[in-house]
Amino acid sequence: MLAALTQLLIFQLVGEVIARGLDLPVPGPVLGMLLLFLALALRRGPDRELQTTSHTLLQHLSLLFVPAGTGIVVHLDRVADEWLPLLLSLVASTVLTLAVTALTMRALARRSAPGEHA
Amino acid sequence: MNPRIADLWVYLSASPLLGLTLTLLAYQGAWWVHRRCGASPLANPVLIAVAALVALLLATGTPYPTYFDGAQFVHFLLGPATVALAVPLYQQFGRVRAMLLPVLGGLLAGSLTAALSAVAIARLFGASPATQLSLAPKSVTTPIAMGIAERLGGIPSLTAVLVIATGILGAVGARYLFDFLRVRDTAIRGFALGVASHGIGTARAFQVSEQTGAFAALAMGMNGIVTALLVPLLIPLFGQAAS
Repeated sequence: MLAALTQLLIFQLVGEVIARGLDLPVPGPVLGMLLLFLALALRRGPDRELQTTSHTLLQHLSLLFVPAGTGIVVHLDRVADEWLPLLLSLVASTVLTLAVTALTMRALARRSAPGEHA
Repeated sequence: MNPRIADLWVYLSASPLLGLTLTLLAYQGAWWVHRRCGASPLANPVLIAVAALVALLLATGTPYPTYFDGAQFVHFLLGPATVALAVPLYQQFGRVRAMLLPVLGGLLAGSLTAALSAVAIARLFGASPATQLSLAPKSVTTPIAMGIAERLGGIPSLTAVLVIATGILGAVGARYLFDFLRVRDTAIRGFALGVASHGIGTARAFQVSEQTGAFAALAMGMNGIVTALLVPLLIPLFGQAAS
């Protein structure tokens, strides 16, 4: 587990250095993910340890959003003032995004491989 | 208060131990509730844990920064967890490559819909300009979204909250919407969830299956990049008429 965790942190660090060094709009961890993906493609897959550690970490991905979500206490006044536009915007835009993405993909999947996704 | 208890409280509230322990307890409690509800997407663990912690902070008058001193250790793991998404992505890559055209089309359509519809609806119903700009990157994973909000002139910490609310909404509602639209392909369901609801949608997708999760992870990463590149160009054009 220790070696795998170290590996993840190294990829994050390298991603961070590249993103800041080249002033890219993409955050370090996302670049780190792309770099690890390339590394996995080169060495034909993760070792057992990296596989179990990633699995454990991703199993509880939801937990990692709890601290930032709790930050809503700082914005309670604004939320109370603008709750209607906020609520409508979040709900309608999320529904639209899910629907537009899924329907676009389905239409394109049918065109590229007729019958396969029917 | 008894002076010894007061001393103890002074010690505990100044130490990161309490915030960290409470975060883990709230989350495990939320998981227990989620399980008891038959793992229904409606009983979202992030939503339950956040609601419990907010109630606790308000009831004890604890300032958020004091709580975050401890909670930051959990928050920090978002970085390595994002890197770890490369593993399921690699394992599912054959399927991803076979769906390259739908993936790219869905990404572009979804990414633009997410940002433009959020700003347009908020503006239509009278949200302040700062709130509108904070909403633009709401479908993107927290660290990228905060960076985009800052560049647009929004409020990054408000964006973080809106991002999480968006994630929860997608995780809660997507199954019902996909069933209604008769979208059955697990790859499409996962990818749309990742585009609309970033990491929380991805966490939900992993609860469904490894393949759904891998497509959500891919969508989250790609949407972060596309939104970071496109939205700062598009929103100013759009926003000028607003203010």
